[in-house]
Amino acid sequence: MSLNKSTPKYNPDTLDRVATDLLKPVGLSRGFIIWMTFLILALFACLYAYYIQLQEGLGVTGMRDYVSWGMYISNFVFFVAASLVGMLISGILGLIGYKWIVPIGRIAEIIAIAFAAVAGLVIISDMGRPDRLYYLFTHGKIQSPILWDVTVVTTYFTLSFLLYFFTLLPDLAISKNRIGHTPVWLQKAYNILSFNWQHTPEQYKVLFKIIRILLILIIPTAFAIHTVTSWLFAVTLRPGWDSTIFGPYFLSGAFVAGTASVIVAMRFFRKSYNLKKYLTDYHFDMIGKLLFLVSIVYFYFNINEFLVPGFKLKKMDALHLQALFTGHYALLFWSTQILGLILPMILVLFKKMRKSGPLAFISLFVIAGAWLKRYIIVVPTQEHPFLPMQGVPDMWLVYKPTIIETSITLGSFILVLIIISVLSKLFPIIPIWETAMEQDHSNDKPLGE
Amino acid sequence: MEDKEKKGSQSSGKPDNVPETSRRDFMKRFGLYGAATFAGSAAIYSGLKYEKSKGKDEYVKVLTEDNKLVKIPKDQIEDLDPTAKTLSKLGREGIPGKKWIMVVDLAKCKNARNCISACQNAHDLRPHEYHINTLEMQESKNSAPYFMPKTCQHCDNPPCVSVCPVDATYKRQDGIVLIDNERCIGCRFCMAACPYSARIFHWEEPLMAEEDQDKTYDVELNVPQRKGTVTKCLFSSDRLREGKLPYCVSACPNGVYYFGDENEDAVTNGTTKETVRLSQLLRDNGGYRLMPELGTEPRVFYLPPKNRSVDFPEKSILDDHDESHS
Repeated sequence: MSLNKSTPKYNPDTLDRVATDLLKPVGLSRGFIIWMTFLILALFACLYAYYIQLQEGLGVTGMRDYVSWGMYISNFVFFVAASLVGMLISGILGLIGYKWIVPIGRIAEIIAIAFAAVAGLVIISDMGRPDRLYYLFTHGKIQSPILWDVTVVTTYFTLSFLLYFFTLLPDLAISKNRIGHTPVWLQKAYNILSFNWQHTPEQYKVLFKIIRILLILIIPTAFAIHTVTSWLFAVTLRPGWDSTIFGPYFLSGAFVAGTASVIVAMRFFRKSYNLKKYLTDYHFDMIGKLLFLVSIVYFYFNINEFLVPGFKLKKMDALHLQALFTGHYALLFWSTQILGLILPMILVLFKKMRKSGPLAFISLFVIAGAWLKRYIIVVPTQEHPFLPMQGVPDMWLVYKPTIIETSITLGSFILVLIIISVLSKLFPIIPIWETAMEQDHSNDKPLGE
Repeated sequence: MEDKEKKGSQSSGKPDNVPETSRRDFMKRFGLYGAATFAGSAAIYSGLKYEKSKGKDEYVKVLTEDNKLVKIPKDQIEDLDPTAKTLSKLGREGIPGKKWIMVVDLAKCKNARNCISACQNAHDLRPHEYHINTLEMQESKNSAPYFMPKTCQHCDNPPCVSVCPVDATYKRQDGIVLIDNERCIGCRFCMAACPYSARIFHWEEPLMAEEDQDKTYDVELNVPQRKGTVTKCLFSSDRLREGKLPYCVSACPNGVYYFGDENEDAVTNGTTKETVRLSQLLRDNGGYRLMPELGTEPRVFYLPPKNRSVDFPEKSILDDHDESHS
């Protein structure tokens, strides 16, 4: 979403060429239908697990009175984290004026929408009484960070969705007469959703204004959602959570998770949508550098978060750190830190590693590490309360997720994939109008080549 | 007039024998009814006012539970029919003028665990569901181990209350922190926030769910217990309302617990029923609170485990509980 304020003037030939390329993957292919059928069947299996949980209570999970937040909350934190990348790419980099984000802005926006939307559902799966969800509105108490979280996550979702839609608007108008190969209902949908867009200079003027306002609004909102999410932990007195840097620590970690997600999505679309001309080596090189930047900031916060309490070793902090460094969680902790953060950070320094294939492979490790890192932040702290844990069955002392809660968590990922699949298959994944505009502006050097 | 009436009746297609009202008739009646209504409501209003003022001067003689005859103004009589609504209202208000406080004498605790079972009986809990638990404590390898009963600390600065998103857990004027199972959404933020691990959650159907299902929910007792909600020690606020000591306090055979009102500066031992001055008890015995550095201001005080009347096994318990023991 570059903010070129002048009305775009498309060279009809360029626009035709770009539109033809980018609209080719749009529509219902056989592969897509098989993929969606698979996803929906899998989702139903996971919904059955949730049905069991509704019937039996949260006792079907591994959570108990000492570790009362488990995989659901870690997953929620991860989802909120991954959704922040929409703001990073479109908001921060877009407002600064970087051109290389033009073809990936929409991918980032779709990831933001999908993860933010499902994050809300994930938190419901953790509730003991989901039937009382509306109490948040009828009996809500504004001093609770949960209320803040609900407010900012819904705001962020709304802003991301509007940003996605408004930048899609000219594309819908461009595309509505060029998607003869798709089902009639989709063509009708394009027709309705394009709201009679005529590409007039006045319309573009208004559109640029709207996008600019949304971009500016989305930055503080995105900062708020993950800062507030980190406060769910930081406002408590527990060792391991009681930290003043949790806000920026979570925020910087979020950018790592989100950037890696965008890279994997870019690689996938480049391959399966045949978009080599649009998602070029240059773009992977640039986002690889971005991954390094956000990783090293996150690494810096990690040093702060672990070295300072590790130096003082207050009694309770010591127990917690011992569990992470050499105890029960050592393997998980070190593999997450090394394979999920430090090694990828070093590897992307090499130009060869910033090619699409290796970069996407590295990003998979980063995503896995990012998810496990949330688990490590949420769970071990609760296994070291201030007062000793006694008089309960041994299995209550250490948290072990059950198959049911793993299935429900898996279900949330499937839902994210469904949303991403639908948005990326039924609508162009790369902005046509912006790309055409960009290519005309720099006709001596076609985008990125 | 007659014509008009007829016309009207014809046009409306009604039978002739039904008398039709003219506009003037209507106005007349309207005036009459209006006046009657006004007079009636004025009468009712003044009657109500009289009833109210009558209540202020009239007193009713009531025999209290401790056999005292007292008189109370008639208008202050409140129906104590225990509907869920009245119970919830009373449970939110608390008992005016009181500041409940507990003192636990660690020197006397022999881990009889009668407090635990009395509590679990009263609140329909399973053996592993604790509103109160006794913990084996040891500060260091050189210091002696001791048993420490641990309830909700009913903090004056309760972290659980601050984080609750729906005002399900709250602080009352008499110092007690309660949890309303009809309001709780089961987010467990309060459990994360509590540094004393005082709260438990109903992960499955509560123990007596079937037996209790017809009972009226009492927020001061947390019965019937509700699946998917948080519960915890309530300082037996249902017993306090009846003027009795909490379940755990009365059940202790070893004189561990003192309970009373901070405003009166008096606490009563649950076993000996001896009432002592709170300030003096704390001063003479070096009373302290758990983790005062957290600023939670608990309402439960502990007297140090000196001259313990119970012997622990020779072995230091720290060897057993290295992982779980703080």
